[in-house]
Order: sequence, then C-alpha cells, then structure tokens
Amino acid sequence: MSTLPVPAGPGQSQVQRFAAVLRTPLGIATVAGVLVVAFVAAFGPALWSAQAAATDFSQLSAQPSPAHPFGTDAGGRDVMARVLTAAQLSVGMALVATALGVVGGVIIGFLPIILPRRIARFVVSATGIAIAFPALLLMMMFSIVVGTGVQGAVLAIGFAMMPAFGRLAQTMSSSISGRDFVLAARVLGVSRFRILARHILPNVAEPLTVNASLAAGGSLIAFSGLSFLGLGVQAPDFDWGRLLNEGLSKIYINPATALAPAGAVIFVGVVFTLLGETLSRGFGIEPLLGKRPRPLPRTAPGGQEVADDVDDATVLRVRGLRVAAPARSGWTHPVNNVSFEIRRGEIVGLVGESGSGKSLTCLAVAALLEHPLDVSADSVNFDGSELTQNGKVPGRIRSAALRTMLGTRLALVFQDPSTSLNPALRVGSQVAEIGRLHEGLSTKAAQARAIDRLAEVRINNPARRAKQYPHEFSGGMRQRAMIAMGLMGSPALIIADEPTTALDVTVQRGVLGQLKAVNREKNAAILLVSHDIAVVTGLCTRVLVMYRGSIVEDVDVNDLVAGRAKHPYTRALVDAVPTMTAEKGEPFTTIPEGTIFPTALVEETV
Amino acid sequence: MVVVTVAFVIIRLIPGDPVRNALGIMASQDVVDARREALGLNLPLWEQYLRFWQGLLSGNLGDSFSLQMPVTEVIGQRLPATIELAVLSLIVMLAFAIPLGMAAAALTRGGRRRGLELGYTSVSGFIAVIPEFLIGVGLIYVFAVQFQLLPVAGRSGPDSYILPVLALSIGGIAGVSRIVRAEALSVLDQDYIRTARAKRMSSWRLYMRHALPNLLTSSLTIGGLVLGGLIAGTVLVETIFSWPGLGMTIVSSIKDKDFPLAQGIIMVYGFLVLLVTLVVDILLVMLDPRSALKEN
Amino acid sequence: MSTLEFRDLWVRFGTGRSAFDAVRGINLIVPSGKVVGLVGESGSGKSTLARTAVGLNDPHHGQILLDGIDVAHAKGGTVRARQRIQMVFQDPYSCLDPRMSIGSSIMEALDVTERRKRRDETGYRPMNRAARTARVGELLAMVEMGPASSQAFPGTLSGGQRQRVALARALAAEPDVLLADEITSALDVSVQGTVLNLLLELQQRLSLTVLFISHNLAVVSRICDEIAVMNRGEIVEQGPGARVLEQPQDPYTQELIRAVPQIGVPLFGKEEIEL
Repeated sequence: MSTLPVPAGPGQSQVQRFAAVLRTPLGIATVAGVLVVAFVAAFGPALWSAQAAATDFSQLSAQPSPAHPFGTDAGGRDVMARVLTAAQLSVGMALVATALGVVGGVIIGFLPIILPRRIARFVVSATGIAIAFPALLLMMMFSIVVGTGVQGAVLAIGFAMMPAFGRLAQTMSSSISGRDFVLAARVLGVSRFRILARHILPNVAEPLTVNASLAAGGSLIAFSGLSFLGLGVQAPDFDWGRLLNEGLSKIYINPATALAPAGAVIFVGVVFTLLGETLSRGFGIEPLLGKRPRPLPRTAPGGQEVADDVDDATVLRVRGLRVAAPARSGWTHPVNNVSFEIRRGEIVGLVGESGSGKSLTCLAVAALLEHPLDVSADSVNFDGSELTQNGKVPGRIRSAALRTMLGTRLALVFQDPSTSLNPALRVGSQVAEIGRLHEGLSTKAAQARAIDRLAEVRINNPARRAKQYPHEFSGGMRQRAMIAMGLMGSPALIIADEPTTALDVTVQRGVLGQLKAVNREKNAAILLVSHDIAVVTGLCTRVLVMYRGSIVEDVDVNDLVAGRAKHPYTRALVDAVPTMTAEKGEPFTTIPEGTIFPTALVEETV
Repeated sequence: MVVVTVAFVIIRLIPGDPVRNALGIMASQDVVDARREALGLNLPLWEQYLRFWQGLLSGNLGDSFSLQMPVTEVIGQRLPATIELAVLSLIVMLAFAIPLGMAAAALTRGGRRRGLELGYTSVSGFIAVIPEFLIGVGLIYVFAVQFQLLPVAGRSGPDSYILPVLALSIGGIAGVSRIVRAEALSVLDQDYIRTARAKRMSSWRLYMRHALPNLLTSSLTIGGLVLGGLIAGTVLVETIFSWPGLGMTIVSSIKDKDFPLAQGIIMVYGFLVLLVTLVVDILLVMLDPRSALKEN
Repeated sequence: MSTLEFRDLWVRFGTGRSAFDAVRGINLIVPSGKVVGLVGESGSGKSTLARTAVGLNDPHHGQILLDGIDVAHAKGGTVRARQRIQMVFQDPYSCLDPRMSIGSSIMEALDVTERRKRRDETGYRPMNRAARTARVGELLAMVEMGPASSQAFPGTLSGGQRQRVALARALAAEPDVLLADEITSALDVSVQGTVLNLLLELQQRLSLTVLFISHNLAVVSRICDEIAVMNRGEIVEQGPGARVLEQPQDPYTQELIRAVPQIGVPLFGKEEIEL
C-alpha cells in the first residue's frame, strides 16, 4: 500500500467508481457480508441472549439436532445462540480497539510533522522499536498492566495496534511531504497545521481506511486469541475466543462447540478483508479489473500478404505495424498502421512528442511487447528473417534460431540509465551474458570479451569496472555499458530509444559520439528515437516524424533543416524548437493546445 | 536496556499481591509478610530495580513463585522447544511461500489468467485470515479426532512436530506468498527485466537469475518480521498442542502473577525479537550491493 | 521591484565526514526587474540555491538579501519578508494537490497573503470572500485559463496548463521575485513556448525580478538579460547574456555551449569523433 491513490480522473467521479465496484462480484459479496455482520452484531443479544442463557440439563453436551443446530455446551446451553449473542461483544471490541489503534497511530504518525526536529526524531525511533515487538507480546504486556476483562483487552489491543499505524502514517506523510505541492505550500507560508489538515490528511485518508479495515480483521483475531488464552474476556461475559476455549476441551465429544465460534471468527475476518479490497478498488488504489475487450481478430491490419522478398541492403522493413491496448471501452491503437524501412548502415531518426507512439513502435519491432498489448503487422522483417507469425508479432520468440539472431544482431539502448541495468548483478556479467547465451562462449571467454567491449566504449579501467555494480557507474557510463552489451554480438541494427534524454548535455555528446563510432566502424544501422529534433538532425540522415500513432512524414534531414518538410505538424514542430540564433525578447513559436493535425503520411514527391 | 526496564516496570504494575496469590488464600498474614520480606518486595522500588539488574548481570533472575525453581532454569528447559518450533515453521513457510508467490506473479502478471489470479487471491486471502490457533484446532479435529493419524499433544518423536509446525506455518505461507507475489510483480515491471528479455533468455533464467536476487531483500525483511510474529504465535499453538515451550509457561505465569518468571520470559522474548531484527539488518546490509560495507 | 542578492552563500548537506557542499561561496545579484538565467547541469547546485532562497534549505554560511534584508535564517517577521520570493517547480504532475480544485489551491495562497498583508501593512483591510473569489478569477485569466477552470481538478489538465496554474498560484502571493526552476523541462517542445511567452509577458507587466533556472541554453538565451553558469556549486562565469554565449571565457562554459545540439548542425564533423 505504498502508492498513493490517484483521485478520479476525467470521466469518472469517486461516486461513480464506487458504484462500479459495488456491481462486481467482490462488491456484492462485501455488501452482503457487511449487512449480515452488522445485523447480527447489532441485534444479536436482543434476539438470542435469552436462549443463550437458557440451560437445559437434559441436554448436556448434546450433538447437533433440530432443536440445537450446533448442539449444546457443557452447561446445556445452545451453542448457536451463544455464538450469535457473542457477536456483539467480539465485533464491537474489534471495532473499538481498531479505532483506538488508528487514531492513536495517526497522532503518533503525524506528530513528527508538527514537532521540532529533535523530538520528532525521537518519536520516529520509538515507533520503530515498538513495531519490532510482535503484537501479541505487546498485547500481553499491556493486558498485564491494565488487567484482564473487556476493558483491559480493548485497551491492550488498541495500544498494541498503534505502532503499526503510526509507522504507516509516518511513511505516507513523509512521502507526501516531499511532493512539490507541499513544498509550494511551505514556500507560500501556509502554516504546518494547515498543511497537515488540508494537504496531507486527505491524501492519506484513503489508504489508511483500507488498512484500518484489514486491521479490524486482525484485531478480531487477536481478541479471540487473547480470550482463548484466558487473558481477555472473563466469565460471565463471553466472546468467541472464550467459546473457543470452552469448546476446545470438548472437541472430542461435540466438535461443533469449537467449530461454530471458529467459523464465526473466520467469516467476520473474511468480511473485513473483502471490505478492505472493495474500499481499495473504490478509492482507485487498486485498478478495477474491468472486462477485457473482445480479442482482436488474427488477420493482419493491412490485409495484404507481403510476398516480395526483402533485398539485402535493407536491415529492417516494417509494414502495417499496429499496437492495440485494452481500454474500458474497447481497444485503443497507440501505434496505428506504421510502415518504414531502414537500410544497412543508415542512421535514421524517429521524432515525436509524448503520446506519439515512438517508444511502443521500437519495442514492438523488437518483439518485446507482451500481454496485455497486442501487436500485429503485415510484415516485420529484420536482417532477412520474418518476425511475424500469422499476422502477429509475438511477445516471446519461440524459435531458438530467431532468438539467437535477435540476441546477437539487434542491440537496444533504453532511456533511463538508472533502471536499465540490474542493480543486483555486476556490470561485467550482465554485459557478458549474451556471449554465454548465444555465442557459445565459456564464462571466462565471455567475461574477457565483455571487458574488451567495455574498453571499446571508452570506459576506463574496464577490468575493474566489470566487477562493479551499476550504482557505481555514472549515467553516461551506464549507457555506454548498454552499448557494449549490444556489441557482444555483431549488431546489424541498434535501436536507441531516447538514449541521452536523461543525461547532461556534455555527457550526451559523448554517448552520441559512441553511437556514431559504432555506426562507422561496424556498419551498424541506428534507429535513434528522440523528442529533441536538434539531436536527431545532428546525427541522422533521414527522419521519420510520428504523430498520434502514425508516421506522418519520412524526410531527408537536409530537407527538414532547410524548411522543405511537407507535413504541417513537422513544420510546426521545427518552428517551435528554440534556437540560439534568435533575437532576445522574440516570443517563442508555439503549437496552440488542442490543435489537431492530419495523421496521414504526407506523400514525398520523388 | 529498554527491554529490561520495560519488563521490570510492566510486571510491577500488575495489580494484586503476587505472594498472596502464590501461597494461597489460606496462608496466614505472617507467612505472607515473611515471604514478601524474603523476596525483597518491601524495599523501595528503585532499590528493587537495582537488585534486578544485579541479578540479571550475574545470571540470576530470581526464583519462580509458582514453580519454586530458578527462573533461568525454567527458561533453559522450555526455550529450546519454542525455538525449534519457530525456526522450523519459518523454514517451512519461506520454502513454500517464496516459490509460490513468484510462480503466482509470473503466471498472472499483465492481467493474464484472470481466473487463476482470482482463485489465488481468494484462497490465499481466506487462509491468511484464519488465525493459527484455529488452524491448530482444525488440524486436531481432522487428524486426531477423525482419523487418529498424528499425535496432538506434547513433544515426542518427529511426527509430533508435524501438526504444530503446520498450524504455525499455513497461515504464514498464504500471507507471505501474497506479499512475495506483490513484490515480484513490481520487480517484473522494472526496466532491467525488459533489458534481460531483450537478451532472449529462457524464462527460467530470467526469473531465477534476474528477478529473484532483487526479491531477496524484501523477502528477508518479511522473514524477519514473520519470525518475530512466529515467536509470539507459538504461544497460542503451544497452548493447543500442549507443547512444552515458553508459550504455555508465560500464560500461566501471567495468570498466577508469578513476577520473576513472567518478567524473565518477556525479557527473553524481547531479546529474541531484537536479535532477529539485528540479524536481518546485518544480512540486508551484506546482501545489498549498494551498502557501504561492500565498497573497498 | 526588488533586488535579490546572494552573498558568499554556502549550503551544506550532511555532517562530519560525509558532509557535502552543494553550494560553495556563491555571489550573485539578480537586479531589480531583470531576468537572470542560471545555467548548469545536474549536480551543479542550481536547484539547491533556489530552494535555499525560499527557505526550503538552511544555508551553512552567507547571506541572502532581499532589498538589503537578510532572509537567510528567517524567523518571525523576516519569514513574511521572504514570502515575497516565490517559486515555480519543475514537475507539473507533482506541483498541484490532486485533491484540491485549482481554484482552491490559488485561494489558499491568497488567504495566506491576505493574512500577511494585514500584519505587515498598517490599516490594511483584507478582502472579503467575494473579492477573493474574483481575484482568483483574475489570476487565472492572467495565465490565460478561463474562469470556469477554477472548478477543475489537476487530473483533468495537461502539463502546460498545470504549470500555468502553478504560476498563477505563485503570483497570488504578490511576489517581487520569482524563481523558475526548470519550469518547462518536463513539457513537450510544442507546449513550452506557451508557458515561456506567458512568463515573459507577466514579468514585463508586473516588473518581476526573475531567476530563471534551466539547462537549456537556447531558451535561456532568448529570455535572460544576464546569464550565470554554475558548475559543482560554484559560479564559473556570469555576465550579459549575449556576451556569455558568444564570448565565453570559462572552459566549462565553452564546453557546455559546444555540446548543445543545434538544429541543422551536424554533431560530429568529418574529423575524428572525440569521445
């Protein structure tokens, strides 16, 4: 529960979302369960306590019968009536203790925000220590102090729950406190109390409520445990725990005396859990698993079979690529009928803004998109081999030959260097892995080649660096390591998806230079994806422009730079890029929000 | 230090006269007074506290009122049984929960196999909610009452371990596997897994070599918390199965207001928990490549 | 119209052996009514500098002078003085409370400002609720958002719109100095222009003193009167914008300018590629 809920997006208010949840099987079950529990807890004693107290000496420890559905206990009292009567006490205690625990925990949790730093730190550490103690021990300790019986048990369990909620509240509030809107409020001069009340609490209330409902289930179980041990509710009061205690010794004679209260505890526990899950989906913390749209047909989008062979000078040919993503009301197409080619040794740029589909295109072509996305194409032909099967590009390649080919001839460089390498494995072994998987190299040979490649990408001290972990590399070095990984085979194509966007401009130059060197020395083609037109025109000979899922222009870089692009979106994009040569004070060219451009590919006059 | 003080304070706060309790209602007031004197209960509180520390440091925790034996001896006899149970249960729990959680994540990620996901979440959610002592009761009913297969009381041969360990671990397997699944799902979503898939390796290698190491840190943390909870859970399970460990003893010592014994046991529990937390912290630091210790 | 000055400012994180100086002896003047660009890469300390100026960090040493008053270790009245320095942040998806309508977010800023004015200006009569609501509408209009948008929630707005709202909120506090910390770095190029043009127009209209932090030299060159270049906590060069960009003296500045890709200029000539 570490992610904070996103409040209702456009088109769906909170109320609507809850209504939707309540219509699911989960929601219906929860409502039914809650109603049953509420009814029995509220009216139990009124309806059944007389029966529960009535002793029938002729029927001591009797087996289940029509008169006594669960039999009777040692005192001749009807077990079912006792179980139903005890509901009020058990459920009531659980709710009160949970409330106590939550309120107390929240106060402890939020105190550090308002208090001066020193005291705040003390409170946080104290909570940390307290939380290490298992709840049962805390409970027992508290029950020793406050005594046994109903009040004692409630206080004990309530106090025992506080550290856990305190810690939860602390974690959540500190994660919100780091968000910019809280910082902005501080800069504005909003008081700490108001920040707490207006900004932190509302953002935290929902996950807390979900946790509280789960905790209520836990506290019910704790009460049963405590009473079962004889430390909780004392005679003549009885709750399910005590009934269990009494029933256990009779289990050989009449198991129902133990199973009935056991069943009650489990039932209410489950209802609380369901309530938590329902609330979680209603608040939007967990996604609502809607119905999956009908599966897409297997025919290729373009409908035409691409029968002609690919000539040897083409390293990648894509025809009619489509990526479909399931949405609540059917499928959306973030990549819609995309076709292009890349020749051997060419450096081609793919330009687009957020939402254009350029990253998905790369992943689709590399056969890395999986369920629930659906990738189809007339043809995706890489290095002479066809990747599509029955009009679809699979997320996992079955054929070993194809896997080896892709592993050694296609290299990928992703955008975020801080997450692309596995933090738990050494860099050298990650680079060397391709050699072991596909080139049949021994561990030593692969490692040696990896060090060699690291040197090729200008990483100093490659032998030492290979033994290091990714967090010891800088961002630029990690991207170079990714390139080295791709160089383990003999790549015909490198797909670089925004490889330098997360890097400083001085480091960017180095990494781009590295790519250019690989292109020159190994004749590897490069597909460079970027939102930065200046980078693309600085390195590529040809540029593909993507807009809302389609390629709208395929233009030579010289034409693009000289202003001879034909598509209005391309022209507008080029105009909007700020240049260093413009006059100071000149307003920036913008594309007004809401402008829609045509998505058809503009025809190039040959 | 905190643990000791807390234990001392808590016990002293118990209402009622423990000596009277131990000696019984019939004992005369003189006898009670004499006993109190002998036990040093009439001394000012701070002096009692000091004596307590003295005793602790010299390995003497006093004598149990109810059992008339040195507390250390009582603990020494009973502790191993509890530890056995807790450690065995933990091993069983992790051995089943981690693979189960990972498999569930691998099979249901990205919305695949909705039916399986639903089944898994309902069943595991249901089992996780059942308290150990209820499972214990259920197990007793099935194996002892109906089928008479396994022993249900006391600690004897290997088969006497089966039911108590099962009772302790079943709920944990369900609960921990849910957490492992959640962690695994988030690991499988990471960019470095996509990089690994781009290398076109077998699924097995992907999960074992690339995903699993990243799960270890969180699994270890969970393991530590679970062990702490297990030690407490043993209290209930021991009661049901009449297992001669500390659990049974603490309950009776609280009921009998047996100061020294209760104090001693609580302290031992507290120390155990702290020890486990410390060990887990150390292991985490060792395993996480990002820790400062590894840099040379 | 106010002047912001940093005098020998040091900002330190951590203590003892693991202490780290993010800002080292900065001397910088942002003249009244002018736009000064602060350029640097990650780790240069530029964001830390800005955050210290608004009180999100405490300086280790040195002064931050607003019209001659030191607001560096502000307490009491000085805190209110420091509120005349406001900031707009980088991430449009985190700068607004997702649970508050944008009208409420701006109103919150307005309420605090009214309270401040009542304490600082003798005889000031705070606006009533109706007047405040009208003022919120005014501010939204200033950033070219329609009056109906006051009921909208951030979740329904685009990145560019959110930054505009953040700007309106900062303006509600009637600042003399505005710190813009990479405010367009997270926006698409097609949208950046709108926000930047707005900023320029408002700066001129309200005679704001602006410290514009960015790593994008092209943008900085167009809107800043002066430019200061930061590297590893120090200012390595500062001066009039045109001079710094056309005749950089410091080697780091030179490297920075050389590394910026420009549209139409090949990144690597026919010569040996320097890696």
